[in-house]
Amino acid sequence: MNNKLKIGWFSFSCSEDSTIIFTELLNDYYLEWRNLIDFRSMLILQKKSNPVDLDVAFIEGAITSKSQEKKLLTIRNNAKKLVAVGSCAVIGMPSSQRNTFQKDLKGEINNVLITFDYTQNVKKVADIVRVDDTVAGCPMNEAQFLELINRYFKEFGIK
Amino acid sequence: MHNLDLSLSDISKIEGKASCEIKIRNGKLQDIKFSIAEYKRFYTQAIRGKDIAALPQLTARICGTCSNAHLLCAVKAVENALAVSVSPQTVNLRKLLNYGLFIRDHALHLYVFVLPDLFGKDSILDFDESDSLEHQMLHNAFIVKAAGNQLGKTVGGRSVHAPFIIPGGFTRLPLTDDLKKTGEQLEKIRPLVLDLIDLFFKKDGRLLRKNLLYASLIDDELSFLSGSLFSSNGDIVGEKKFGDYLEKVIIPYSHATGYKYLGKTYMVGALARLNLAKDKLHKRTVKDTEKYLKIFPSQNIYHNNLAQAIEILHAVDSSLEIINNIKIYPESQVVLQRKESIGVGVVEAPRGTLYYRLEVDAGGKIKNGRIVVPTGQNQIGIEESIRQFIIDNMAAIKDKSSLEHTIESIVRAYDPCMSCASHFLKFRYL
Repeated sequence: MNNKLKIGWFSFSCSEDSTIIFTELLNDYYLEWRNLIDFRSMLILQKKSNPVDLDVAFIEGAITSKSQEKKLLTIRNNAKKLVAVGSCAVIGMPSSQRNTFQKDLKGEINNVLITFDYTQNVKKVADIVRVDDTVAGCPMNEAQFLELINRYFKEFGIK
Repeated sequence: MHNLDLSLSDISKIEGKASCEIKIRNGKLQDIKFSIAEYKRFYTQAIRGKDIAALPQLTARICGTCSNAHLLCAVKAVENALAVSVSPQTVNLRKLLNYGLFIRDHALHLYVFVLPDLFGKDSILDFDESDSLEHQMLHNAFIVKAAGNQLGKTVGGRSVHAPFIIPGGFTRLPLTDDLKKTGEQLEKIRPLVLDLIDLFFKKDGRLLRKNLLYASLIDDELSFLSGSLFSSNGDIVGEKKFGDYLEKVIIPYSHATGYKYLGKTYMVGALARLNLAKDKLHKRTVKDTEKYLKIFPSQNIYHNNLAQAIEILHAVDSSLEIINNIKIYPESQVVLQRKESIGVGVVEAPRGTLYYRLEVDAGGKIKNGRIVVPTGQNQIGIEESIRQFIIDNMAAIKDKSSLEHTIESIVRAYDPCMSCASHFLKFRYL
């Protein structure tokens, strides 16, 4: 296990399209990656979760509540590198559409925001924690993701 | 078990996250709350004022895994609103796009989410390569998923948020050679899918739900994209009227709205489709799955998994028939004539019936939209199924971890999508 890249994949408010792209990348790369990656936390693949001492935390989605902010800060503290993946994480949109609502629409959603303890505005990941790298796109750009993970394999001495 | 407070947070191996609270006192179920706690992204508000042509690509972002179903349903609602008719070629390409989604999505659910339960593993990544069956299933998972993914890419330009589909047709057409290559890939996965069907036939769980209603959009070929809404109480409803039968239920502890069908709990999805329309499956599928089809109609919720496996084969066979006969010809793009109107679109997404109703002003701007997703419709049924399991098996419940595992497997049997309905579900025992 020592010689594997320890990763966690965490989803916040979004469509989880990049998660799906990741699971599709496994079609081509699983046989290679199983020897290179230690999946410490990835709910779509497994129940076990040990999101500490991560080499890389991949964050998908925008942040829309205080509890999500707190969770994101914890992840940041447990990861050497943190990567914002996909449009909602990188620029906040489209999950942050409600930030642009006019008074009438804001009034319409206000009760939900209060009842379920939403923050007043939706934030991108970099508004809350330091982001080391980004993978743009909605869904994420596959080529960019592959380039990044191969860079991390080298950087962390995995291959 | 006499007293139990169960707290299961972050149900794994589903689309998005979910939560459930369970309280047992003196051997009686005192409280159960299954809630979808995904933070809303307010799409029904955000689409107001947007141009109708821009709507499909925006609402596709409601859900990554179901995105192409949202695209197809939104496009259909837009075309119905603006009285746009499409060519037979467009109809066939849309069928292929949706079949690709069914193959990819059902395969993800069955191989990656459910199969570990059948083998007593946490994850498909834990499958033992030295065990011949586990080795075979692990490798089949990626081959079958890849074939569905490729079909989506070939026709739509991408398997998630397909960029080529627009109201009126496609911005780019697939090359015949690429379709043929994809067809060869589909033919190769047929035996793998048959193995999957057999496995679920032999190994799946059992939870009978009596008095549950089933509903589905059905046409003569089970294309998932047209027809009327059939329900197991005998109703046959036109697409435009379907919304009138759905009763919105506010669930105070859930971020997502639940639905009943004329006041009754109902189920949409693969089990509903096969319960109502197994005779409409592709003839090649029927020939090769005859012994499994005898199970349907079934009241066993877990047979949703077997039904999905059979639907993968149906999607493969239906796609092959189209690919083997299609001759791609160039088409000019349809110019949309905006007008004040109402458009309804209904399709069968992999997880069940998806409904869009759009009100448009004279300039083509969205005035109001109503979107009803499959998991919203199944939400009440999921909670009732967990409740029924606990009540029926109270005496046999010995420990938290096995109960947790069973409850997760019931939730997974429904194949819910929290990203669509909302997103975050945690299990908490009171």
